[in-house]
Amino acid sequence: MSESLENRGFIARSMTWINARFPWTPTMEKHATKYYAPKNFNVWYVFGVLAFVVLIIQLVTGLFLTMNYVPTAEGAFGSIEYAMHEVDLGWLIRYAHSTGASAFFVVIYLHMFRGFAYGSYRKPRELIWLIGMGIYLVLMAEGFFGYLLPWGNMSYWGAQVIVSLVGAVPIVGADLAEWVRGDFVLSGITLNRFFALHVFALPGVLVVLVFVHMVALHHVGSNNPDGIEIKNKKDEKGVPLDGIPFHPYYTVHDFFAVMVFLILFCAVMFFAPEMFGYFIEKPNFEIANPIATPDHIAPVWYYTPFYAMLRAVTFPLFGLDAKFWGLVVMAGAILIPIALPWLDKSPVKSIRYKGRISKFMLGMLVISFIVLGYLGTIPPSGFGTATAQIATLVYFSYFLLMPWYTQREKTKPVPERVTGGH
Amino acid sequence: MDDTNPSPVTRRYLLIATSAVTTVGAAGAAVPFARSWSPSEKAKALGAPIEVDITKLKPGEILKPAPEWRGRGIVVIYRTSEAIERLEAENRRLADPTSKRSVQPNYAKNSTRSRRPEIGVYLSQCTHLGCVPKYYGEAKPEPFDARWKGGFFCPCHGSKFDLAGRVEKNLPAPTNLEVPVHQFENDAILHVGIDTEEFDE
Repeated sequence: MSESLENRGFIARSMTWINARFPWTPTMEKHATKYYAPKNFNVWYVFGVLAFVVLIIQLVTGLFLTMNYVPTAEGAFGSIEYAMHEVDLGWLIRYAHSTGASAFFVVIYLHMFRGFAYGSYRKPRELIWLIGMGIYLVLMAEGFFGYLLPWGNMSYWGAQVIVSLVGAVPIVGADLAEWVRGDFVLSGITLNRFFALHVFALPGVLVVLVFVHMVALHHVGSNNPDGIEIKNKKDEKGVPLDGIPFHPYYTVHDFFAVMVFLILFCAVMFFAPEMFGYFIEKPNFEIANPIATPDHIAPVWYYTPFYAMLRAVTFPLFGLDAKFWGLVVMAGAILIPIALPWLDKSPVKSIRYKGRISKFMLGMLVISFIVLGYLGTIPPSGFGTATAQIATLVYFSYFLLMPWYTQREKTKPVPERVTGGH
Repeated sequence: MDDTNPSPVTRRYLLIATSAVTTVGAAGAAVPFARSWSPSEKAKALGAPIEVDITKLKPGEILKPAPEWRGRGIVVIYRTSEAIERLEAENRRLADPTSKRSVQPNYAKNSTRSRRPEIGVYLSQCTHLGCVPKYYGEAKPEPFDARWKGGFFCPCHGSKFDLAGRVEKNLPAPTNLEVPVHQFENDAILHVGIDTEEFDE
């Protein structure tokens, strides 16, 4: 033992020393070199990694933004202007952060769509799905709190509208909204606490949830476009026949995807950081004015589908007013994917082997989401409201009718082994 | 096992008791954090009443710039006599014509929702989600309503209010614009946020 130790090189000896004190090699094997991922991953499987890359971008740029930012009603707007115009390359850090916010939602929505299409939420991955939904909710809160911080006029009124939503809760609503604001109106007091939540509390929760999300994933193993459990077919060493080590095969794959992503990211950041008013809205280049609402208030694009659903509810029901039901519908629309693992009764996981109704419903879900997303950005109108009402019904029917149509439709036979791949 | 060890039942009882006490303790420890989010003394002090000079207000117009009270804008409107007649006659399109469900002092629970028929005082805050409704005073077709009779239109979600701040039916805002407590010291001075009853009309 001691003889062989001396004959080995410095690095090998160091690793032995470390592994006796910290499970470095076993951890790397579990999560990379002996983590067997299905060999038939397609392009839809890069968005999880991309979300992780964006998280790092947001943490680093956010850290440097706080070094110039002043979280008060008097100082906030000016400190952002200062960071943009007077801090060396401050504009780059700020635009990286604002572009990162939108990029985060782009990759998360695509990542979630992948889960919808290939049944990644099905048994035994329910907890991965629930943790993922937790990440999504924290991300939405993070985006909301963050958008108030520049203290522009759209920051102010967007937050005003959403905090007022809390006021729609029967009986305690008004007091609750006042408690959240810490004032009779949205003010510097609100800004200060949103700042604390945005830079301290929620990022911590986010990082923990992302960690737990990956621990759960590596415990049960990744799903794949065929929705076949590769762990059911193993060789004599216990390695899945359709599995390949995550490192080096998928690390190289993902590295390429990250480069393509960063090229697109930089293109937006350098040439269209405001994205024609979709990433940073025009009124946000004016300081918050509590007595002048912008002519048209729309949230940032990643909230607009749900905002359109909120506006689509224009009628009272059961003695409670439309405002309350709008809140219920919006919250329901955001939360309902949580129930997916238990709504999907199909004998197959992947959309590849599901029947025609499932394919149609998934297509309709995507269309309704995009239509609602568009309607949420434009001013209210009679035609728009009617369209939003129909699209809201379509959105909910994907989920609520799922137990029925996934059981009823004829599915295709699922092959024994995965198709395609290396 | 030693006979002096507690029985499993006793262990479970102790565990439950410990958990319960810990929960109560944690809830108690959360109180200061929750309380620190309530409006501070400084925030409350900014809620003091204001005095508004209304001598420059002309018929058919609202006071500009809008006075501010508790951080919110106040609409002070001077209605023409035709407008007042219309407010009394037309209430078919309204959600709460008699202000039953709306917030206002008793002296403003009438068809003009005001202390003086011609001068209305309202919070410039949509009862839906708190945006500032815009003033479109003239009775003429507007892009959002071909039969517009004058009033306030909320750009956020399309709620419409008449010249007395009464909301139209089937729109997101559930109730009429709130009327803050106010009083007229004389024809020139309006107080918002206070009613001492010494200038009763």
